[in-house]
Amino acid sequence: MSWTPADPMVSLKNVHKSFGDLKVLNGVSLDVMKGDVICIIGPSGSGKSTLIRCVNALNDIQQGSILVEGQEVNDPKLDKLELRKKVGMVFQQYNLFPHKTALQNVMMAPIRVLKQDKAQAEETARGLIKKVRLEGKENAYPGELSGGQQQRVAIARSLAMRPDVILFDEVTAALDPETVGEVLQTIKDLAEDGMTCILVTHEMAFAREVADHIYFTDRGVIVEHGPPETFFQNAQDPRTKEFLSQIL
Amino acid sequence: MEFVFEWFRTLYQETGINLPFLYDEYDRNRMIDGFFTTIWLSLVCLFFSVIIGIIGAWLQGSAFKWTRRIVNGYIQLFRNTPPLVQLYFFYFAIGTLLPRVENDWGGQSPILGSFAWAAISLSFFAGAFNVEIFRSGIEAVPKSTVEAAEALGFSKLQIYRDITLPLAFRVVLPALNNNLVNLVKTTTLAYAIAVPEMLYEANQIWSDNVNVTEMMFFLLLAYFVLVGVLVGGMNRWERAMKIPGYGG
Repeated sequence: MSWTPADPMVSLKNVHKSFGDLKVLNGVSLDVMKGDVICIIGPSGSGKSTLIRCVNALNDIQQGSILVEGQEVNDPKLDKLELRKKVGMVFQQYNLFPHKTALQNVMMAPIRVLKQDKAQAEETARGLIKKVRLEGKENAYPGELSGGQQQRVAIARSLAMRPDVILFDEVTAALDPETVGEVLQTIKDLAEDGMTCILVTHEMAFAREVADHIYFTDRGVIVEHGPPETFFQNAQDPRTKEFLSQIL
Repeated sequence: MEFVFEWFRTLYQETGINLPFLYDEYDRNRMIDGFFTTIWLSLVCLFFSVIIGIIGAWLQGSAFKWTRRIVNGYIQLFRNTPPLVQLYFFYFAIGTLLPRVENDWGGQSPILGSFAWAAISLSFFAGAFNVEIFRSGIEAVPKSTVEAAEALGFSKLQIYRDITLPLAFRVVLPALNNNLVNLVKTTTLAYAIAVPEMLYEANQIWSDNVNVTEMMFFLLLAYFVLVGVLVGGMNRWERAMKIPGYGG
């Protein structure tokens, strides 16, 4: 049974994950179709970040199944390289390589991992830096860029690997308020280009605007999910209602 | 040049301050040979001790318990014994246990000469400290930076070579420089197994000329200048490796 684009691009079934005695994910299931933008929201410690870290095998899971384009992630013989070519990730703390310029950060993985030739990788990287609106910053080191600029370089770095889906792990949480907007705009551009995105976020207005589907997690389970309009205006579960009343 | 040599000969005749390696060609050549032997021994040991440090630190992160134990055993052994005892051990214990080879005159020679044993012994000695120095640097590299590389599909070796090591290097440079300065000074121990380095040649000269006081003044000054040049080079290297906007 091979994967076709009509199947979910990412499919989680009954995923369980614990760190020692601490149960973080308690049977999570969700499907993401190609081109979908989904937002995962919920209180701190509800397992949102762990959930998406499991999708590209940065954390392993104890039980359940995670399929990425039909590839089982919960498999001791997992071909991580194959998985990570399909799944990009952007982190809260940007995690750029501090000893490389913005351009080098973007070029590095295509050259090392995809074995692209340098000229081609550089051309692509310059294009991506332009796409995230950082023209002129190619030769700046991460330490010379603002948080928002670094995060956009990180997005370009992820895009350079031509992933099929990108995971965004609270990517605006560490930013100054005035630079949040530029990063969200970049993500919105991607979503409009049809990139499949899974976002963990606290930006409710943004989630409402770009998401096709919102998932609300609490204590390791998905409490409620739905399209943004229904979700924000017509939440059913008391926990969702309480959470939304606190933040909206 | 001849003028300078003659001046020192006159100095000796007039005052009794005897620096034969300046006016006597035979002694001059001995001193020059000694100087270059010291330089060459230092370079060989610097190179191999750094290689040992890098590989040892990599092996210390190994998943195999025994690999880590062997590396730690090596560090303990070479850190907790005097370098002179190590040198004697290599030269007299290991050296005599190895098979002998026929030399050009039909006699029997050890497979490795005193220079080779000094290079091996001192490289392992300084290498043990370098492993610990590199380990401290590797531990200072943020896990999140390594994770970002993992998420991009870098292999373990690529992460070590392209991310961890370059960042760790910058952290450890001051400590590494200290150890390398010590190493250069420790090359004088090779005197004990008759490696014709600077101290050994000076000894030859003072035995022939009975000018111990002058030779001691000269040696102190010569090492001061030699190590001074090394330290100057290292400081320049430290500055050149500085990343704009990173770490103060």
